[in-house]
Amino acid sequence: MSKFPVWKSVTVLVVMLIATLVALPNVFGESPALQLSRRDRAEFTEAVVPEFRTLLETAGVPYEAVTVDDDGRLWIRFVGVDQQLEARDLIAQRYEGQFAIATTFASRAPAWLTAMGLEPMSLGLDLRGGIYLVYEVDVEGAVEQLLQVMERDLRKSLRDARIQYQDVAARGNQVVIQLRDPAARDAAVEAIQDFDNTLSPVDGAMPGELILALSEDQVKQRQDFAIQQNITALNNRVNALGVAEPIVQRQGLNRIAVQLPGIQDASEVVRVLGKVATLEFRLVDPVNSPLEAQRTGRAPIGTRLYQQRDGTPVLLKREVIATGEQLVDASFAPSQGEPAVSVKLDSRGGDEMLRTTRENLNRPMAVVFIEKEREQVERDGRKVVIDRSKEEVISVATIRGVFSNQFQITGLTAAEGTELAKLLRAGALAAPLYIVEQRLIGPGLGRENIERGFKALMIGMAGLFAFMLVYYRLFGLVANCVLLANVILLTALLSLFKAALTLPGIAGIVLTVGMAVDANILIFERIREEVRNGSSPMASINSGFERAFSAIVDANITTLIAGVMLFAFGTGPIKGFAVVLNLGILTSMFTALIGSRALLHQIYGRRRRIERLAI
Amino acid sequence: MEFFSHKTRIRFLEKRRYWYVVSVLVIVGSIVAVVARGLNFGIDFTGGVVVEAHFPQAPELERLRAALNDGGLGDAYVQSFGTAQDVLVRLPPAGDQAAREVTEQVRVALASVDAGVEIRRTESVGPQAGRELAEKGATALLMALLFIAVYVVMRFQWKFAVGAIVAVLHDPFVVIGMFAITGMTFDLSVMAAILAVIGYSLNDTVVVFDRVRERLIQMRKASPQEVMDAAINETLSRTLLSSGTTSIVVIALVAFGGEALRPFGVALLVGIVVGTFSSIYVAGALALDLGLSQRDLMPPEKRGEVDALP
Repeated sequence: MSKFPVWKSVTVLVVMLIATLVALPNVFGESPALQLSRRDRAEFTEAVVPEFRTLLETAGVPYEAVTVDDDGRLWIRFVGVDQQLEARDLIAQRYEGQFAIATTFASRAPAWLTAMGLEPMSLGLDLRGGIYLVYEVDVEGAVEQLLQVMERDLRKSLRDARIQYQDVAARGNQVVIQLRDPAARDAAVEAIQDFDNTLSPVDGAMPGELILALSEDQVKQRQDFAIQQNITALNNRVNALGVAEPIVQRQGLNRIAVQLPGIQDASEVVRVLGKVATLEFRLVDPVNSPLEAQRTGRAPIGTRLYQQRDGTPVLLKREVIATGEQLVDASFAPSQGEPAVSVKLDSRGGDEMLRTTRENLNRPMAVVFIEKEREQVERDGRKVVIDRSKEEVISVATIRGVFSNQFQITGLTAAEGTELAKLLRAGALAAPLYIVEQRLIGPGLGRENIERGFKALMIGMAGLFAFMLVYYRLFGLVANCVLLANVILLTALLSLFKAALTLPGIAGIVLTVGMAVDANILIFERIREEVRNGSSPMASINSGFERAFSAIVDANITTLIAGVMLFAFGTGPIKGFAVVLNLGILTSMFTALIGSRALLHQIYGRRRRIERLAI
Repeated sequence: MEFFSHKTRIRFLEKRRYWYVVSVLVIVGSIVAVVARGLNFGIDFTGGVVVEAHFPQAPELERLRAALNDGGLGDAYVQSFGTAQDVLVRLPPAGDQAAREVTEQVRVALASVDAGVEIRRTESVGPQAGRELAEKGATALLMALLFIAVYVVMRFQWKFAVGAIVAVLHDPFVVIGMFAITGMTFDLSVMAAILAVIGYSLNDTVVVFDRVRERLIQMRKASPQEVMDAAINETLSRTLLSSGTTSIVVIALVAFGGEALRPFGVALLVGIVVGTFSSIYVAGALALDLGLSQRDLMPPEKRGEVDALP
């Protein structure tokens, strides 16, 4: 009799039953679907379902199902991609701009499986098509902005202390103050520290020069903040696009990766996500002539020269009243029939706005719209990266009243107003973003990738099964069952972890299948050895497993170490491969060491006498 | 069924000097190939723009090149991708704005040859991202080797660890050399394959070492070389069978998995073959030449136990 305990067999059975259940939704496949979410962020209710059914039926577009999910999104499932696209155009036309419509896939699994929360593996971009973008956050720009705020605060505190200065200007990672009278140095230091006692100015090379440098911690804190805010902003913008299952995640120090499955219109995505818009509210300089400044190319101290959209120059004061960073909300809200963008600031921006508007009633204030793009050009045979920042004054409006954190910008066309509001609403940015990587995979290629990947897996497995069966006979059959169990376990784990299956992931499964039989081969070869050495069949099985154990564990752990490193240092597709490889190693150890033994026990364990093993 | 006779007694280690020479020659050859020919890095590493297009009828690559040239894309690299109808166009790096323009230019140029062209995939990678990837890959490689060495030292002995690491290092050289010679695209997936090969090759080595460990204790009278030979012979059928079964699936991957997985599959396949060789000839031989003996594997407490037996 075998000494394999019953509880182990039961464990194997239970694990395999659960795994089969979890992996089951993958069998049913996915249908093309549309996912609708309301642009006003309200939720869909079951009540709208008949409306959409009627719409599709009258237009003669066949569909599989219309449902509303827990998050208040509407799903419509189709048999084919053609119907899906037809319906998308139909709905877009009928409900112009009301919904974000995402083309995606929905599981065809029966309701009772979905009700248990079981879902198939989601497919990665390379398998379903979509857009993958990697943004780099201009963290230096974020620090620059902080310095500008410092510059402003310093001017204010010196002014309040009645200390005269020639200039306060940000240079590099520091703000340089040039006092008019070097004797006022101590008073200036006192005034600065009264304002913020964490600041410690040091003397510069010139008499009356004070320098305030940012500490490394401050710089890092600011950079992290910029990235976090950008992630939030991108998340908002992505949601506004209405993509099903978008992913926005930090990558490394200063990068953000965005995955948008099912989307094909790269230009719209890049326009909405990639345009780096910031606002700056500044006062217009009422004294100096902008034309004079344009002619000489030199702006008077304390001002900067800008252009309006029609090309006319305008001189703005250097002080920034508020930036996009302080923007809470912006919406296109026509007032009295005129296009207008209604803007809401946070309290800090509001305070500053209140102070400014109170002191500058009936003077003009400008809104500067800043767009940044980075381009690489060849210059003298060398590639140079050029940052192009487009700053234009999009509105100069007279301050008609004293206001603080809520006001309206007028003087835009309806289209401009809508676009400005959309960009602002999606979230103001602390620092500009640049695209460093951009991948677009067509849906056709995605489908082909899946088909090819699975064809390779099926053929590989068929070859393997045939070989094992011929070479090890009954034991080969056991190995094949175990291998199948391994694939089911792996599928279950991947479905459970909601890991997206990618093409490298499929490669990982293929490789896992190839390597998983290794454990069985180790055991079987050992059993054959034992049989040749004259051991009884049952003893051969037992000692085969026991003696192969250390080799299997050591061999798998070393492979696991390589896999973990791959996961730790890999990015994107490599991580996907590593996840599958590592999980596969673990599942194959379980199935080979415990699963195949339980199976062999069922075959041989109950017999009194075994003449010989079918190995 | 069995392919291998029960008692192979190949004296692998007797001729190990020759195999060292073969190994060194192969490694030197790989290095020379990489230096002389360079690697055909994919845009993952170099940065750049890639456009994959599918034509209804197989186009003449020369005409495509001419069309791209006329479109101001003289530095485009055109190759067929898998089938004659699929074409891959590769261009040097461009900024994000420019990348979209370049992609559009490529589309226009390809459509001028055949209006039915379908753009299946576009990728644009900045040049600095590539350098980081290469650095990360190298870090992953070094860290993997380090941790594996620590594990092998813990579970076996330092002489085994040195043998295992050198044997394993040997494999990426050969894979990289092969990519240099054939000019196949060396992309991110090949990097992943190399790490998988390291894991795989170690797997083989560790199985041999496991048997050596077992045999060294049992065969007390035999010389270390005899023990090593016995261990390699005894695990030979398993080593070759496992390589064979893994090769079956990897060959399926290369043959049916499509163009995107081909470099990955080829790297794996070469790695598996070389890994098998290095586990048999390099790892054990090195441990032996480092002076491996029975004494290395007799932990004091174990000996006490044996002595206590009647």
